[in-house]
Amino acid sequence: MIINHPLLGPRDAAEFIYLGDASLIDRPDWQDEDADEKFYEYGYLRDNPAGEHQELWYHEQGDRSWLLVTRNTLTHEISKVELARDMARARGRSK
Amino acid sequence: MRYSAFKIFTQGLTGNKGWKPVWREPDPKPEYDVIIVGAGGHGLSTAYYLAKEYGITNVAVLEKGWLGSGNIGRNTTIIRSNYMLPGNEPFYEMSMKLWENLEQDFNYNAMISQRSILNLIHSDAQRDAFIRRGNAMYLAGADAEYASAEQLRQELPFLDFDNARFPIKGGLYQRRGGTVRHDAVAWGYARGADSRGVDIIQNCEVTGFDIQNGTCRGVETSRGPIRAKKVAVCVAGSSGRVMAKAGMRLPIESHVLQAFVTEGLKPVIPGVITFGAGHFYVSQSDKGGLVFGGDIDGYNTYAQRGNLPVVEDVAEGGMAIMPIIGRARLLRSWGGIMDMSMDGSPFIDKTDIGGLYFNGGWCYGGFKATPASGFCYAHLLAKDTPHPVATEMRLDRFKRGHIIDEKGQGNQPNLH
Amino acid sequence: MTQVNRLTGGQVDRSQTLNFTFNGKAMQGHPGDTLASALLANGQRLVGRSFKYHRPRGILTSGSEEPNALVQLRSGAHQEPNTRATVTELFDGLTATSQNHRGSLEHDLMAVTDLMAPFLSAGFYYKTFMWPKAFWEKLYEPAIRKSAGLGRLSMQDDPDSYDKGFLHCDLLVIGAGPAGLSAALAAGRSGARVILADEDFAPGGRLNAETLEVDGMSGADWAAAAIAELSAMDNVRLMTRTTVYGAYDHGIYGALERRTDHLATSDGKPRQVLWRIYSKRAVLAAGSTERPIAFGNNDRPGIMLAGAVRTYVNRYGVTPGQQVAVFTNNDDGWRTAADLAANGVAVTNIIDTRDAPAVCDVPGARHIRNAAVMDTVGRKGLKSVTLTSGQVIPADCLAVSGGWNPNVHLTCHQRGRPTWREDIHAFVPGGDLPPGMAVAGAANGSLTLAAALAEGRNVANAQIKDLGFTASRKAAPKAEDEPSDGMAIWHIPESKNRAWVDQQNDVTVKDIKQSYREGFRSVEHLKRYTTLGMATDQGKTANIPALAIMAECTGKSLQDTGTTIFRPPYTPIPMGALAGRARGKDFRPFRLTPSHDWASKNGATFVEVGNWLRAQWFARPGEQGWRDSVDREVEMTRGSVGICDVTTLGKIDIQGKDAADFLNFVYANAFGKLPVGKVRYGLMLREDGICYDDGTTARMSENHFVMTTTTANAVLVFRRMEFVRQCLCPDMDVHLISTTDGWAQFAVAGPNARNLLRKVVDEAHDISNEGFPFMACGEVTVCGGTPARLFRISFSGELAYEVAVPARYGNSMIEALMKAGEEFDAVPYGTEALGVMRIEKGHAAGNELNGQTTALNLGLGGMVSSKKDCIGKTLAARPEMNRDDAIRLVGFRPVDRSVKLIAGSHFINKGDDATMANDQGWMTSVAYSPSLGHSIGLGFIKEGHNRKGEIVRAVSPIHDTEMEVEIVSAHFIDPEGERLRA
Repeated sequence: MIINHPLLGPRDAAEFIYLGDASLIDRPDWQDEDADEKFYEYGYLRDNPAGEHQELWYHEQGDRSWLLVTRNTLTHEISKVELARDMARARGRSK
Repeated sequence: MRYSAFKIFTQGLTGNKGWKPVWREPDPKPEYDVIIVGAGGHGLSTAYYLAKEYGITNVAVLEKGWLGSGNIGRNTTIIRSNYMLPGNEPFYEMSMKLWENLEQDFNYNAMISQRSILNLIHSDAQRDAFIRRGNAMYLAGADAEYASAEQLRQELPFLDFDNARFPIKGGLYQRRGGTVRHDAVAWGYARGADSRGVDIIQNCEVTGFDIQNGTCRGVETSRGPIRAKKVAVCVAGSSGRVMAKAGMRLPIESHVLQAFVTEGLKPVIPGVITFGAGHFYVSQSDKGGLVFGGDIDGYNTYAQRGNLPVVEDVAEGGMAIMPIIGRARLLRSWGGIMDMSMDGSPFIDKTDIGGLYFNGGWCYGGFKATPASGFCYAHLLAKDTPHPVATEMRLDRFKRGHIIDEKGQGNQPNLH
Repeated sequence: MTQVNRLTGGQVDRSQTLNFTFNGKAMQGHPGDTLASALLANGQRLVGRSFKYHRPRGILTSGSEEPNALVQLRSGAHQEPNTRATVTELFDGLTATSQNHRGSLEHDLMAVTDLMAPFLSAGFYYKTFMWPKAFWEKLYEPAIRKSAGLGRLSMQDDPDSYDKGFLHCDLLVIGAGPAGLSAALAAGRSGARVILADEDFAPGGRLNAETLEVDGMSGADWAAAAIAELSAMDNVRLMTRTTVYGAYDHGIYGALERRTDHLATSDGKPRQVLWRIYSKRAVLAAGSTERPIAFGNNDRPGIMLAGAVRTYVNRYGVTPGQQVAVFTNNDDGWRTAADLAANGVAVTNIIDTRDAPAVCDVPGARHIRNAAVMDTVGRKGLKSVTLTSGQVIPADCLAVSGGWNPNVHLTCHQRGRPTWREDIHAFVPGGDLPPGMAVAGAANGSLTLAAALAEGRNVANAQIKDLGFTASRKAAPKAEDEPSDGMAIWHIPESKNRAWVDQQNDVTVKDIKQSYREGFRSVEHLKRYTTLGMATDQGKTANIPALAIMAECTGKSLQDTGTTIFRPPYTPIPMGALAGRARGKDFRPFRLTPSHDWASKNGATFVEVGNWLRAQWFARPGEQGWRDSVDREVEMTRGSVGICDVTTLGKIDIQGKDAADFLNFVYANAFGKLPVGKVRYGLMLREDGICYDDGTTARMSENHFVMTTTTANAVLVFRRMEFVRQCLCPDMDVHLISTTDGWAQFAVAGPNARNLLRKVVDEAHDISNEGFPFMACGEVTVCGGTPARLFRISFSGELAYEVAVPARYGNSMIEALMKAGEEFDAVPYGTEALGVMRIEKGHAAGNELNGQTTALNLGLGGMVSSKKDCIGKTLAARPEMNRDDAIRLVGFRPVDRSVKLIAGSHFINKGDDATMANDQGWMTSVAYSPSLGHSIGLGFIKEGHNRKGEIVRAVSPIHDTEMEVEIVSAHFIDPEGERLRA
């Protein structure tokens, strides 16, 4: 596979390390009332869709960017690649 | 029709025209006691043991494609019970014992061949871990044997003992481990279930569940609705997709594992050998092909195919321990979708929805579990309590903190 | 003249003669020959035996689809099993032997299986060999395994080398036949970067095998001219002897180039190159494969595909027989007859299944219409054929044509399914091609030459226009559309004898019918039950006829019947090529520590630690084994001072205004208030609450920390910290850099550590116990101004420091330390002594931090701060991870002190049976403690912290042994930590 890195252009997927679902960005607040339940869901439950999937890849053999890749799990087509840090901010993880 | 050498003889004399279909092709009835979703190895063995051990025969096994088309039809055929943790090892040892009597039990030669499995050891820490595991196997009534490097050099002189990047320092044998003709397992179970009255319905895709007031009353299928008192999902590889139809999220990701076979060769290796410092395991089929595999590709996928980096990584692992295979040719590669669970261990459990049961999360270890998985699932369906060897294979174990993590990799499925 | 079947003409170089042997018999051929054409030229019809029935077999095809003519090529360590003679280029000195027979090829003792065939029908083995139970593994299976397989491995290491390479292009054209050449010419002329790959050594495909004309010249001449034009283009790379074997995601294709297989010796050069081709677009022009017709005894040597017969005549100047009959269901078979006749070979009969007039005039041949062959005679070589009418026709060669199947394989590598085209009775590529791929020519069902040439150009033009190139206006090369009518005939039902479908695996029409009868009706069941299409040719000639016969049984259409899945590789690929250079010591790169050269010169034995090589111990003359060396290293370190290279520990430089907050989040224990100039032990959890890693982190200044990780987890921890930084805390002002390779680091441990370091650390720096106490850190200079970092930390339990210098000074630093240490009898120590000392001190390492243990298990539960969030905090609090009877890390010593403990033994309470239900825990690490004079161990046992003094059994059934052990504190030496504070 080829991942079109937003800063570096197309790179072979072998340069990257895969982590998993982009929901791993959405780490719950430890002080929430139902933090136990939320952390269980965060840590263990996955949508695991057959189709479009947002997921995290790390450019280990490259610039060390974490990327948020939108990829189809049936066809492997990649429709979007973004910097995970920007997406984390967009998902409200700014301090 | 009972199979025997005599039968083959008499059929041979009469032009092999008297063989009967191994299974019927029934139309679905409107209602069953139990519907099993998925006619893979586990689904068919569940049906077989439900009928044979628990006397429940008003059962349908619904299959989207052809029976045996899941991972029972695309694995690397290895059986073993070399697990370590209490939540696993007794279960896999039960499975091994069922394998050992299976052919006589279902009157079908699945070519169960206990030619041994050997895990190579390449470091002192790995040796410590394998000794721990070997001892755990003993405690659960299984067999294990430690082999020194010198012993292995005698037994397997073709391994790379003199020029290896990661020297072979010993190995853990399970002599009762080995291989089985995988498709024949599906066929043997299907034949046994069918002859006891189970309807195996191929080309019948489950498109939804009929859930009312928190209770599952049947399924919607491509061949119309079918009612059932109990619905047992058994579709490892597709668990996420199917259970989503019941509104459930699972502690499972779908990943692809590639497998490979070389052209047929005269005997090269006796049993199963696994490399401990890279991703490679290999056995030789009775037809002569070296059957091998390595690690999953590592990204979520439902496509039954992989990519080149893993193909080459696996071949490198092979050449690293067995440089004699350089001129053997890879004949075919394929991929199967694995239910990779969050701790590398499976589930055989009820769900929060009444009448809906779940069996899945087998990672790439489902084949060896086929008999025990079916047996324990049948037990659960018949008695509504877990079989004693499967008490820990529960969906709620992560919430409770009871993790069965053989590899110690944590809640990242692609590392198991 | 041994070449009895050599004609004139063709594309072989008769000016040179090549000598080769087959089964030891000397034969001759010419450059341009394949082994198959040369064997035929020499009149060798029998070349092998089939897999199951050991039937005598000859050559069926002229290409990579060959099921029968498989040989063991070359000798010694170079021997190569299952090599298709039809694609093996002849070279001088070639040796080949036949396979899969006991006794000679002519008199194979295993041929008796053929007589037993009625009892060996499809799947017979699933129904027997079950009694008595033990006989399967002891008797039946070994016999089956011995007779299975085809060729043999030499069982010697592969002596050749293999390379890997990467190529990029705008357009990859797969196949250099008429469509591929036409496509490459069009794309090349437009300026696009083109790769044209073909499996053959001579590009041109069927053009080399036919007498058809293109642009007014012979097909072969036109192909040569096209190649000349392409070769002159800088933007075109022509790759012959290159098989594109698989279509992978995002336009990546795998290709295998054979570099020296056509030479007598590889002469030290890479035998093959495995290419990964990154293409923007691709044109598949892989041609088509002729299919046989199944009739009684259709597998005899001398029965060949009609197109192959034509290839041998036209391309190689060889006739496969002297008295040839043609059996066809289509116009194409007639061309074989015509070409043979034109070369003076006797064509006696053309047996056409159609009730139609002659397609062309073939002098001397009798046209038998509406007829079929139903049986043949000639066990080791065809003698005659019998028609359904009963007529017997003498023939030493029967050319059979059942029509052509497009080579759709690569179109299906991404789960595409082909579509049935009734007009040509063949599957063609379906709509779901791999992205970027288009198909042209025969592979697309355009089976005539004119159509292939036109489609190649047009498809290539469409592809490159898509990429923004302007297509050349040059018209497609011109040819006439040759007659190509045909009818669908798959097998001859009148045949009473067995009719082969998969010749290599011996699957017959009867087997397919039996498979149907027994309920194995889906194509996948058919394949798996009968082994159809599972041989080395993957059923290239067998699958479609078999599916058609199954469709006939079920009454379904071919479209509904479908095909099995086409999988890579297109043709088999040596394992050596897939592994490339990554074998032996080059399997993975080595990482060497800065003191590696010094250590090698000073007697070190090295051990693999991940990719690192570390000094394991430093043997001295007279020592009797590793234990002597290790014991001495421990004793001398604890007695005076020892030095160990600890560079392999991961080092992460952490800087930024929020660095302290960041550490507070990634570590379970608090770091916010760590003073500048101090080091703290840190414990890191995974998010699931299990211990991940530990190490020390030093605060060098307000916003600058230096972290160490374990050697094993260095990369993983850094990756995880980048995840936290970018994905969880995107606005923290913190930056990370891995400096593992940037700094050489040495532990200096023992009562004389300070005295030694005093001689190395420059005077200006106070390293007294007061000025630089336990857990102090700072920037210093050593050896007269060399920048360094000094940490007062201890893994050994002794007064100890770690000193770090830029990696380039590493070798000098070890020398300086050893020199300064001479007066203290300083000793270098390796990983074994390091391990012994950490066990004596009760420190957890990899065997304890194994990814399954919690802080509570390790006795570090108190470290998880309750006042702050950290990775793993919430999930670590789950109830079953905090049970009262949880396992705890403690020490163990043997009751009988002379006994050696065993790592991996399990603990069972006295009086209990050794069962899994009674399992109390396990021994993680053991060592002989020179300090205590007996074996000691660390291990996890239930409620261990409350059981000090209790005696339990440590059982190791795998060693058939057990011993009594006492539960003790894990801190075997200096439990109060007085030494490290001294």
